[in-house]
Amino acid sequence: MNARHDRNPLLMPDFDAPRWRRDFPILQQQIHGKPLVYLDNAATSQKPQAVIDAVADYYEKLNSNVHRGVHQLSELATVAYEGAREKLRRFINAATLKEIIFVRGATEAINLVAQSYGRSRFQSGDEIILSEMEHHSNIVPWQLLREQMGAVLKIVPITDAGELEPGAYEKLFSSRTRLVALAHISNALGSINPVKKMIAHAHRHGVPVLLDGAQAVPHLPVDVRDLDCDFYAFSGHKMFGPTGIGVLYAKEALLAEMPPYQGGGDMIRTVRFTGSTWNELPHKFEAGTPDIAGTIGLGAAVDYLGSIGMLAIRNYEQALLEYGTQRLQAVKNLKLVGTARHKAGVLSFVMEGIHPHDIGTIVDREGVAIRTGHHCAMPVMEHFRIPATARASLAFYNTRDDIDALVQALEKVREIFR
Amino acid sequence: MDLKELYKDVIVDHNRSPRNFRKIPDATRIQEGFNPLCGDKLTVYLKLDGERISDLSFEGSGCAISVASASLMSERLKGKTVMEAQQLFDKMHALLTREDADSDLESLGKLAVLSGVREYPSRVKCATLCWHTLKNILEHPGNPPVSTE
Ligand SMILES: Cc1ncc(COP(=O)(O)O)c(C=O)c1O
Repeated sequence: MNARHDRNPLLMPDFDAPRWRRDFPILQQQIHGKPLVYLDNAATSQKPQAVIDAVADYYEKLNSNVHRGVHQLSELATVAYEGAREKLRRFINAATLKEIIFVRGATEAINLVAQSYGRSRFQSGDEIILSEMEHHSNIVPWQLLREQMGAVLKIVPITDAGELEPGAYEKLFSSRTRLVALAHISNALGSINPVKKMIAHAHRHGVPVLLDGAQAVPHLPVDVRDLDCDFYAFSGHKMFGPTGIGVLYAKEALLAEMPPYQGGGDMIRTVRFTGSTWNELPHKFEAGTPDIAGTIGLGAAVDYLGSIGMLAIRNYEQALLEYGTQRLQAVKNLKLVGTARHKAGVLSFVMEGIHPHDIGTIVDREGVAIRTGHHCAMPVMEHFRIPATARASLAFYNTRDDIDALVQALEKVREIFR
Repeated sequence: MDLKELYKDVIVDHNRSPRNFRKIPDATRIQEGFNPLCGDKLTVYLKLDGERISDLSFEGSGCAISVASASLMSERLKGKTVMEAQQLFDKMHALLTREDADSDLESLGKLAVLSGVREYPSRVKCATLCWHTLKNILEHPGNPPVSTE
């Protein structure tokens, strides 16, 4: 038994979750006549009023294109848009604004790195190290690269606890290793990978590291300079911001060498039919009119998270995870999938003789929203030889009452399948 | 709507002890079906004696709705003709996807317990998977696996 579970789960850190919860209009509603218990935060998070207002305000007062006009609105919109970039830079402690590229989400960020960095640098036979716990969005872009140029994928296996197999990662390095692409936190299992150590190891081999931070940024403090990662990808919608906006962080030296990912307006300096020249960073990677409202909304989400404090959020969610783990472990015939020592607020589980899909439908009728399925991590399901899991995933606005509601709803499941 | 309308006793029973849940070693046709959304995967085995279905079975893993649907299908169609199976597919398809299909509940017998699924749009594909798989066998032997997506 590890030490975390010996502590009294009733001793929650001093954190006023119900107060924060009131900032989220959607959480005030009823579903099937029951108060909504939203436990699908790993799929997407809810939005606080501050984010909703920022998006609405933009359309009501600022809407116009950025980086183009000399008129007042365009200048104000540009200031707001670039202001959001500064908020994001500070939030993850990037060195300069040139290192913050706005994209659609983690998926696009990873595809950008594969197609720009990978395609311009890798040769047939070059190796990329991934892990068995990756989300499909950190697998398929590399498979595309494999098809395009014969890159080779090397996979770090996971243990039955859902941790990277000790020692396996280091053994995969060879003279052909060109990149490590790794989840900071697994969305299906909740495992927090020892990324800082792994990055240091890769750097000793001269290999850069991309972290898929989609599940990390909303739940713990992320400092890209402390991690020393080369690329860091994340999505706005999982961190209480709008959908359709996300960030690729990359070290300036790498971005400077990388060719553009998409061509179009905004990313050029000059265009002639004989050839064009590229805009400076970060604009070189932001072709076309960006998601201005989404970016400003994401900036508001970062402000909002800052007002709570990421450390406070992490500590609270850890305590809530412990409570949820204990409550779920006490449910008869329930098995947790993913029991890593270092875990974020993800509770994946299966129940004997009951398919996750049925669990999802039944608890939904009790107002409890969880996700069921393979969670875009089919290799993880294959590892555990299961078609799917049910997954409750936490955010700072969840409370012990939400866990209790889930456990009660699971009793209903057992009743129906008695 | 009460959950019991979806998880009727017959469905829970067929999920717990599915009928004809086995391989047919000398099957005339075998077809896999897959629902990528939830990972439901099943294989339907069909043995034909001329135009008559002399044996019908299935294997695989899935939710209660998809397993019960396949179990009920196998029970119902054993001994029926290919033509009757096709007619039943049409009726089931209507029952599971159309609002106005209640008129024929009588003739569906036990299969009518699946009517509750219609109220759960995300679950309709679970119930129809085995039927689409069967239809695929009947119409195009040797096709690639059916996917409900
Ligand atoms: C670990 C992880 N990586 C990447 C993604 C992809 O994020 P998006 O769909 O927002 O691009 C997700 C989303 O589910 C995720 O959980």
